[in-house]
Amino acid sequence: MFVTGLALVLVWCLIALVAPWLATHDPYAIDFVATLKPPGAAHWFGTDNVGRDTYSRVVYGSRLALYIGLLGVIAPLVIGMTVGLTAGYFGGWVDTIAMRLVDITVPFPFFVLVLSIVAVLGPGIENYFIALALVGWVGYARLARSEAMVLRQAEFVLAARTMGFSHRYILLRHILPNALSPIVVYVMTDVTLVILFGAALGFLGMGVSPPAAEWGVMIAEGQSYISTAWWISFFPGLAMVLIGVGFALIGDGLARMLRIER
Amino acid sequence: MRLLQAVPVLFGVSIITFALMVATPGDPIRLLVGDHASPETVAALRDQYGLDAPIHVQYLKYITNLATGDLGKSLRYRVPVSQLIAQHYPVTLFLVLYTIVLTLPPVFALSVWSAKRQNGPADQIIRLLGVLGLAVPVFWLALLLARFFGVTLGWFPVSGFGATIPAHFLHLFLPALSTMIWVVPILVRTLRSALLDEMNRDYVLTGMAKGLGERQIFRKHILPNSILPTLNLFAVIVAYLLGGSVIVETVYAVPGMGKLMVESILARDYFVVQGATLVFAMTTILVMLAVDVVSALIDPRVTP
Repeated sequence: MFVTGLALVLVWCLIALVAPWLATHDPYAIDFVATLKPPGAAHWFGTDNVGRDTYSRVVYGSRLALYIGLLGVIAPLVIGMTVGLTAGYFGGWVDTIAMRLVDITVPFPFFVLVLSIVAVLGPGIENYFIALALVGWVGYARLARSEAMVLRQAEFVLAARTMGFSHRYILLRHILPNALSPIVVYVMTDVTLVILFGAALGFLGMGVSPPAAEWGVMIAEGQSYISTAWWISFFPGLAMVLIGVGFALIGDGLARMLRIER
Repeated sequence: MRLLQAVPVLFGVSIITFALMVATPGDPIRLLVGDHASPETVAALRDQYGLDAPIHVQYLKYITNLATGDLGKSLRYRVPVSQLIAQHYPVTLFLVLYTIVLTLPPVFALSVWSAKRQNGPADQIIRLLGVLGLAVPVFWLALLLARFFGVTLGWFPVSGFGATIPAHFLHLFLPALSTMIWVVPILVRTLRSALLDEMNRDYVLTGMAKGLGERQIFRKHILPNSILPTLNLFAVIVAYLLGGSVIVETVYAVPGMGKLMVESILARDYFVVQGATLVFAMTTILVMLAVDVVSALIDPRVTP
């Protein structure tokens, strides 16, 4: 399963890398002679209402999806790990403040909070990243904190303390490496979610703006033609499933290998 | 105790929605009254919402307004936000409850099946559902379901809410089905591991020794004991479903809170967006409290 996931993700990376060679058409070329053509030899995944080639757009869309997914998790990961590890390691008032901050974001449905931040900042992928940085760190912080709380009691950490190593050194050299594996598993889940929510924003008209070859935008564009030209929405969605399953399988496989209960 | 813990959370939630309000670009009063209002009107409204005061006074004003149910006014419809929410909230509540009810049979069937036969086919299905639940975009699934069951087969209406209660059930079936894919894997996983925990307890052996049947032990002892940890997840589930409602209601044109929120964001109707965000969070908090109370009723060891 893990290997299947890894293979899927690698294939997608490859597709994104060599998109210009894989695409059969210009993803933005409008062709009013060939509108709403069903999948066939000329257009493998058919064409949309202005004659753009769905296959080429799906291929180019992989670039945006990976860009969003891989870049979107960085800020939440770094912020969440820093907050969680320090809170769990030091305890006391640092921990209290951090956990109260986490508590107050819990009642908000994650997607709703992201949406309302994007509503204030305005649509666009940069603002989505800001929203993620503001609220996405919570999951990482909880995870890192619970790991650090266990590790700070560990004998090797106590030993390092008695030998006079600084807190900073212990946090970076002992706590961080040992807390990493569940966090890596979580990253895989999070990449899937970040791609999904990014596309959902695009779908709702608050993410990447049209005419970009972004899968969520494409699904939205096909929505009005769903009963006559299903392929416009179907193929970008299928691509999303395949990239999401890839990351989810990697996460699932890693969790099993590292014996982490999810 | 838990009831008291809700107070700082409520406080925090109000700070977040207040921060969203403050961060909103432009003068909210100008947005509210338009460009042609007289300076006097603007000044009066600024005073009413306390916008010239220092930030902590503004926050106090905001809280007092909230306490009286004043969430501001919709810029688009020129009616109080609370009125809009009162119109849209029941629809979303209906959808969320309906989804939960629809979720229960598959969740129970899958968890019991997999707990009784570990590493059997049920576990494979659960694993697959877990991966798909994460990877399948709900808005895409919703579109496909609408196209197949609504258009091709014509079994269900694909938009709106219907006028009567049976019509509500029919209209919301596909929206509910679409969000189930998120919720089922989470619930199954929790219920399954709770079942497995309970099956290894001493009381099961005692029951067996007393000569109780396996079915009876399972129904009367293991299952009720396993419900509690799953119940604790309900606030999370409701939060998930409320988040999902934003997407699903948009696809199926269901006139609920989610659709109201999306339309308000697109129309820059900020007060409605913030009001909706607040109501979503309040709902989750209420569910958390309700779960605590119910848990205490079921299990006296839990103190609410």
